Amino acid sequence: MSGRDVVLGRVRRALADVPRDESPDDVPVARDYATTHSPADAVETLAENLADYRALVHRADAAALPGLIARLLAERGSRSVVTPPGLPPEWLSGTPEDVRRVADAADATPHDLDAVDSVVTGCALAIAETGTIVLDGGPDQGRRRITLVPDHHICVVRVPDQVVDSVPRALPLLVPDRPLTWISGPSATSDIELDRVEGVHGPRTLEVVLVRA
Amino acid sequence: MVGTYLGMPAFPEAARDAVRDERLRSNLTHATHTIRDKRAKAVAELPDWGRLRAAGAAIKDRTLRHLDHYLERLEESVTAAGGQVHWAADAREANRIVTRLVRETGEEEVVKVKSMATQEIGLNAALTAAGIRANETDLAELIVQLGDDLPSHILVPAIHRNRGEIRDIFAERMADWGRPAPEGLTDSPRDLAEAARLHLRQKFLNAKVGVSGANFMVAETGTMVVVESEGNGRMCLTLPETLISVVGIEKVVPTWRDLEVFLQLLPRSSTAERMNPYTSMWTGTTEGDGPRTFHLVLLDNGRTDTLADTVGRQALRCIRCSACLNVCPVYERAGGHAYGSAYPGPIGAILTPQLRGVASELDASLPYASSLCGACYEVCPVAIDIPEALVHLRERVVEGGEVTVRGTRTTVRPARGHAAERAAMRASRWALDHPGVLRAGQRVAGRARRLAPRRLPGPGRAWTDTRDIPALPAESFRDWWRRTREKPTRESGNGTKGAGR
Repeated sequence: MSGRDVVLGRVRRALADVPRDESPDDVPVARDYATTHSPADAVETLAENLADYRALVHRADAAALPGLIARLLAERGSRSVVTPPGLPPEWLSGTPEDVRRVADAADATPHDLDAVDSVVTGCALAIAETGTIVLDGGPDQGRRRITLVPDHHICVVRVPDQVVDSVPRALPLLVPDRPLTWISGPSATSDIELDRVEGVHGPRTLEVVLVRA
Repeated sequence: MVGTYLGMPAFPEAARDAVRDERLRSNLTHATHTIRDKRAKAVAELPDWGRLRAAGAAIKDRTLRHLDHYLERLEESVTAAGGQVHWAADAREANRIVTRLVRETGEEEVVKVKSMATQEIGLNAALTAAGIRANETDLAELIVQLGDDLPSHILVPAIHRNRGEIRDIFAERMADWGRPAPEGLTDSPRDLAEAARLHLRQKFLNAKVGVSGANFMVAETGTMVVVESEGNGRMCLTLPETLISVVGIEKVVPTWRDLEVFLQLLPRSSTAERMNPYTSMWTGTTEGDGPRTFHLVLLDNGRTDTLADTVGRQALRCIRCSACLNVCPVYERAGGHAYGSAYPGPIGAILTPQLRGVASELDASLPYASSLCGACYEVCPVAIDIPEALVHLRERVVEGGEVTVRGTRTTVRPARGHAAERAAMRASRWALDHPGVLRAGQRVAGRARRLAPRRLPGPGRAWTDTRDIPALPAESFRDWWRRTREKPTRESGNGTKGAGR
């Protein structure tokens, strides 16, 4: 007998008390919890919660964005920046040419990415109540590893369009068969005496730019 | 389960040593109290917490009552998305499957995301025996691995270590596993995290095979979910060419929408955060992004035996948040090692004796590792009534009865150590059924109360090892009632009716 048959057989015998004609929907699940906790200003709440978990939050309008990104890269002393294929070209139009642009290429190795200082991406959406940005590998976000290996991530969120209130509002907008990464602040650990310390393996600096259209 | 903890003494003996260890006590008190207050605050932010909790429990119950349906659905979705599904009835089979899959890649080293399931089955030891090196990459797991130690907490396996001890372990042992700790390493958590980052960086960048568990598997879509904080999870799930996930069959949830409940319940209960720093979700494989090969190993290892018990099955709702450990007065004093399993604390006390059975002395002692105060039930985000399950399992230990062991119905015999307890209970049942006897006994005891020993002799001795014998009153309640409240009419044949008049 295969492992599959053994396990499924045991499951069925274990559930002998469940009436044969019971269907999953017969087991009630009350969904009377809130779909949103109705933040008065979702963008403000997002900014507060991101900052609470030590993300650096900046604001700009579309015209000021290229200058802001250039300044953030310069302040950090970044000499190279990796960009996803569909990043709007104007976002880096203020960044001097001597900051090397690295394409998100299929044949780039993790070691190649480790030599890059920063990454600039957009996002799929952001969740106000939890201070979360979600990446789904879209053209302005690229492969998962480009937002993981470099130590400095600048993520642009278009507000208010890309901001939802809550987790229940976010899930229906996301496509499960895309690889998803939910990011709530820079990498952190609570492993030493259950005390939170920011900065372990993921990017230790997360800068979120809220851009008003 | 495989013998990571083989030969451990029963809980009371193991706990006795732990309670005497002052450093351990102070490390645990500090850590559990820190997180307790934070969790309460994070939960209080959501006015609908009670409703989320009820929904979480209901979704898990729906899943468990139709587990075969959802597992088949999951297999279908994962396969359709390009993954390969394997089924393991027990730890040995799971270890054999994973070992074979790693061998097929030709690699001799894997990077691991912290995973309770692989801890439970002793995967690292099995891989080592096959000449494959398993590198733990979660900070706390790294501390445990470098210290040649055992985990003592579900979320923070090295909770029993303080920063000074961690510094010493890093300074002494990192060089044996790869990049040594930086010179002059201090005990500041920031420096320790930095040392772990440097030590593991090369391992991540070179990794060809990753091994993980999962927090949730969505049957409807085939999506796997891993929540974490450090980014080591993302590294292991994204950079290798092959990913092998070992996941307990109870981790399946029916629909994508169900995640809206668990992604609110888990982080707040676990690390007391609105959301953990990183959550990875993947469905099979994605062309050009992440591992090219994905294997899912579905693990039973006692879960179906647990499912067969209609009271005990609620333990399978557990989402491994560890809130019950952090509030438990017994865990706080005894520490995690005394529980002798990957699952310590209140949830371990009901999960381990069901996954492994109550045949060993250690496993039979676990349902007693509780004062039944109920704090665990109160904080449980999926409303597992741990005290109810504990009492149920105590009954099984004392009385024996029908259980399922590795899929087969068997009758367990009453535990031998509890013969005196059973005899005492039988005697009291008889006395309580015969009010005349009870009254006579109480009067004799009352008159002779100055002679009562402070500790019981013979088989009752163990009971008084940890308890004082209650002081005997000069007069029983029923005599007092009769003397003060009742007209002395007639001797009632039934004490309870007499008292009720």
